[in-house]
Amino acid sequence: MKLPLGTLEPMPGAATHCPYCALQCGMDLRGDGDLVHVAPRATGDNPPGLCQKGWTAAELLTSNERLTTPTIDGEPTTWERALAHITQRIQQIQHQHGPDAVAILGGGGLTNEKAYALGKFARVVLGTKNIDYNGRFCMSSAAAAGIKAFGLDRGLPFPMADIASAEAILLVGSNVAETMPPFVHHLSTMQSNGGALIVVDPRRTPTAKRATLHLQLTPGTDLALAQGLLHLAIVEGYVDRDYIGARTEGFAEVHPIAMAYWPERVERITGVPVSQQRKAIRILHDAGNALVLTARGAEQHAKGVDTVSAFVNLALALGLPGTEGNRYGCLTGQGNGQGGREHGQKADQLPGYRKLDDPKAREHVAKVWGVDPADLPMPGVSAYELLDALGQPNGPRALLVFGTNPVVSAPRAKHVEERLKSLDLLVVADLVQSETAAIADVVLPTAQWAEEEGTTTNLEGRVIRRRRLRPPPPKVRTDLEILAGLAESLGKGDKISADPRRTFEELGRASAGGIADYAGISYERLDRDGGVFWPCPTKDHPGTPRMFHDGFATPNGRARFVPVEYRPAVEDVDSTYPVYLTTGRVLAHYQSGAQTRRIPSLRRAAPDPFVELHPQLAGRHGIEDGDEVRVVSRRGEATAPARITDTIRTDTAFMPFHWSGAGRANTLTNPALDPTSKMPEFKVCAVRLEKVAP
Amino acid sequence: MSVVIVGYGMAGARFAAELRQRDPRRTITVFGAEPTRSYNRILLSDVLAGKLSEDDVPLAEPEGPLDLRVGVEVVDLDPAERTIRSDDGRTTRYDTLVFATGSLPMVPPVAGLTRPNATLIDGAATFRTLDDCRKIVATAATAKNAIVLGGGLLGLEAARGLAMRGLNVEVLHPRRQLMERQLNAEASQLLVVTLANLGVSVRPNGVAAEVQGTERVEGILLEDGTELPADLLVIACGVRPQTAVAERAGLEVGRGIVVDDRMRTSDPHIYAIGDCSEHRGVSYGFVAPAWEQAKVAAEVICGGTSRYLGSRQVARLKANGVDLATLGDPHLDDERAEVVTFTDVARGTYQKVVIRDQRLVGAILLGDNPTVGTVTQIFDRDLPVPNDPRSLLFGGSGDAAPATSSPNATLCNCNGVTTGAIVRAWVGGARTTADVVAATRASTGCGTCRDVVESFVAELADEAATEEVVA
Repeated sequence: MKLPLGTLEPMPGAATHCPYCALQCGMDLRGDGDLVHVAPRATGDNPPGLCQKGWTAAELLTSNERLTTPTIDGEPTTWERALAHITQRIQQIQHQHGPDAVAILGGGGLTNEKAYALGKFARVVLGTKNIDYNGRFCMSSAAAAGIKAFGLDRGLPFPMADIASAEAILLVGSNVAETMPPFVHHLSTMQSNGGALIVVDPRRTPTAKRATLHLQLTPGTDLALAQGLLHLAIVEGYVDRDYIGARTEGFAEVHPIAMAYWPERVERITGVPVSQQRKAIRILHDAGNALVLTARGAEQHAKGVDTVSAFVNLALALGLPGTEGNRYGCLTGQGNGQGGREHGQKADQLPGYRKLDDPKAREHVAKVWGVDPADLPMPGVSAYELLDALGQPNGPRALLVFGTNPVVSAPRAKHVEERLKSLDLLVVADLVQSETAAIADVVLPTAQWAEEEGTTTNLEGRVIRRRRLRPPPPKVRTDLEILAGLAESLGKGDKISADPRRTFEELGRASAGGIADYAGISYERLDRDGGVFWPCPTKDHPGTPRMFHDGFATPNGRARFVPVEYRPAVEDVDSTYPVYLTTGRVLAHYQSGAQTRRIPSLRRAAPDPFVELHPQLAGRHGIEDGDEVRVVSRRGEATAPARITDTIRTDTAFMPFHWSGAGRANTLTNPALDPTSKMPEFKVCAVRLEKVAP
Repeated sequence: MSVVIVGYGMAGARFAAELRQRDPRRTITVFGAEPTRSYNRILLSDVLAGKLSEDDVPLAEPEGPLDLRVGVEVVDLDPAERTIRSDDGRTTRYDTLVFATGSLPMVPPVAGLTRPNATLIDGAATFRTLDDCRKIVATAATAKNAIVLGGGLLGLEAARGLAMRGLNVEVLHPRRQLMERQLNAEASQLLVVTLANLGVSVRPNGVAAEVQGTERVEGILLEDGTELPADLLVIACGVRPQTAVAERAGLEVGRGIVVDDRMRTSDPHIYAIGDCSEHRGVSYGFVAPAWEQAKVAAEVICGGTSRYLGSRQVARLKANGVDLATLGDPHLDDERAEVVTFTDVARGTYQKVVIRDQRLVGAILLGDNPTVGTVTQIFDRDLPVPNDPRSLLFGGSGDAAPATSSPNATLCNCNGVTTGAIVRAWVGGARTTADVVAATRASTGCGTCRDVVESFVAELADEAATEEVVA
């Protein structure tokens, strides 16, 4: 076996994109001796801009915290031994317990090529049904609701720059000023053109502070608010009957449900005053050109799909989606959250956003893969269900983890950590010793973004190129090389290519005719055009920046209203756990923080976890700013210093989830799952607060 | 097991939906005295105001087998045989019976209001059902002067609706102040002013002595001798629980049909929910308690252990342009009660909160009030009130924008650049905005702070120039 192992060669320069969030800001990298300089770069119609995370991204390339050699049980070893060990253990476990005993967990930060290869590796090389990815914890609710309403899910069905032309935006559950800061450019352009911004969030975040109107609702009640706004739209005669008649179906079923959410009832559920509800709907109506955007705050609930459906219903009733300048969209979170959910690392999915249980899809993809469709496994379970089943009777005995850190990012994380430890084999491929890598049997050091070629698909559905500045260090491999190596040692060396370009070409063929059709996209074309919006079925197809103008992707071309009802949080507050906990992000860190916590300037900017409390709530517990607070839920406890601010509701505590250890917010979160998307209820659970005696 | 519901209003329909959710296959038999499918009574004031049409008010009907008998009234109950008889002559057996008969509007004994057969004369209507609403709307189409008897929630909502249709509207309220159970004199007075600005005049101590006109309403003679012309008379003088069938069958009835915490009447096979019931001495007249009761009854009937422990009373006036919420008992004023009030006559705002043992026991919030949602939730959840109760009236402490002179003020959010960092860059030799940006990365994210950074650098330049002059 010969793999294209790199050596550290001098670096010219590379036009690539930031490794972090779904904004995928354009970035120029330039080598200078041992240093890598970063500069912002305009991409398409998006102006140059980088936040703190982007500017400092290259520091991790030379960090002494990155992994440089494979390890088995913590002992450095060679790649040959590591791969042989994994191969032998996989064969043994599958021989004893069947193919499904080996599972894979992927990530929404992986390139399209890796996400595709991972799905193929699971189904063709391992023959396991057990593969899913952390996108379950990110985009799954919005994706499911988008498919229900529009027939397909592309986060933003229009270029991001269009946002600036909106006259009003309803931004639900998104704190872009901290999670994807350069995005604020579009909001602020919209506002300086006279547009109004309405932000729905339990916290007065930096984003909410920019808003014309901030609806500071009770965590877990977004769905009721959406119903209430639809109710008011009907009462005030703001509903676009012509649009509903011409372009949608199902309004008749949604209408009586909305009528049961009169504003006074909604006020009692959400805490949003009637007057503010009225103001919000008036702003949306008066704007000739309104836009509804949802994000994790609305989606990370056990009713996340229904909540998004309710906001889509509102947008449809106002006549927005698929019209010129009037739209609905959802803001994707992870770097390749969009592409990562299209090409087969999801339990029920095949490349091109195809369904694994669709015979035609199986036939098409099996042909590209050169296998018998009957040999492809059927859908497996979702990410949390998979993690929960690890090491249990009939559950997987081995797990390979790529591009995710569930010990920090999964709900009920203490339990998940125990499940991971119970495995016969845990393999983690990562660039740093993440908390999950720290408990793995085998750790494989992987290349970083600037050391590999590939593509990602940003939040607009624009496929863009990631380019290599320099090869990875000598004993570090790319994820594709790892998968190709394992495929070879497992006797299926012809199935997985270590070459990103070849992999992308194959992805194009596999996705051809699917919803997310990449068949007409090539590296050459991306290099020439700077990016192509999917679907792009043929080489001469221009790509699709704006969707749904001529009809939705449903069988009859009409968007569907989906009847949904409000239901309370799975775990509501009570006398034992009287405070809501909601979780989120801080500007300096990305996801589980595995990367950003290892960058000194980001660590300085946000060194530790904290518990954000309103002065009233803190006062009742005798807690002062900086005091250690123990936060206790039914699943465990976390401690972190109090940060007292009146920007949060008086009944709610907030914790960022980027940290592990005592301050791990996800120790507390509720793994109750959405019935459709299997999204855990990250955004609300019931806790009690205790001041830790000094 | 057969479940029969008597009444298909807000409570009965909700109960059917709750039961269906727990038991998708069971046939549910429902009797509705009104000739329509269930509708949302709450919305009738919007229909009356002309904002909604009849098509907007139906409630979503539960899927699955439903034996729906609308326009059929249950007239007799035989608890021993477990049968009911309806006015279509049929007898229906039940295993479990649920009363959700709601309440009936009270018609005051005013001379000339009714015909000998006890029906209202033309031009007069109660305001309870969709049919009432149709009558009012039809009369309003040609009427000029409307009088509403009763200044409670419903009367004021009706009055506001009629005013929106362009009628002259006067509310006759028999007492000195409006909504005397929920408001005090001060709030009532402000509400009268607010309503006047919306085209609704209120006549306190306005007691009707006689309705003028023989076949139809022509005017009202008040007890004080005043005569008012009127071609539409809306009666909103309160309601009483509809309990007749239950009472005749020997069930325990107080003001309403008496139920325990399981919503069970004195007969273990019979339940009562909504306006017709009386729980722990209280007959609620609101939707929220009725829906809570419907849920508990459905759970109990399906074998659950759920219990109803009473509801917190929140009254919210649904009338365009009037924001009024009253919670609990705002009249409590014993020595344990702490009362905080605020009045702003110019803005039509009145706020009163009553606190006892750190809990909110009552409140009146009239006028534009940003805290109404928070206060309602604190009341609903029985949460301790803040140490400084003024925040209940005015919201949390203000969040002043950070002063740029503070070394910790963040100028650039995207890159976490503080004013201190910019000063350091200046001291380090950066003299232009471009230099400062290069040194600090300020404004290189979303770019929104570019102007602020520029002016801050200009300030630094000015200060430096001044210092040089001084030096």
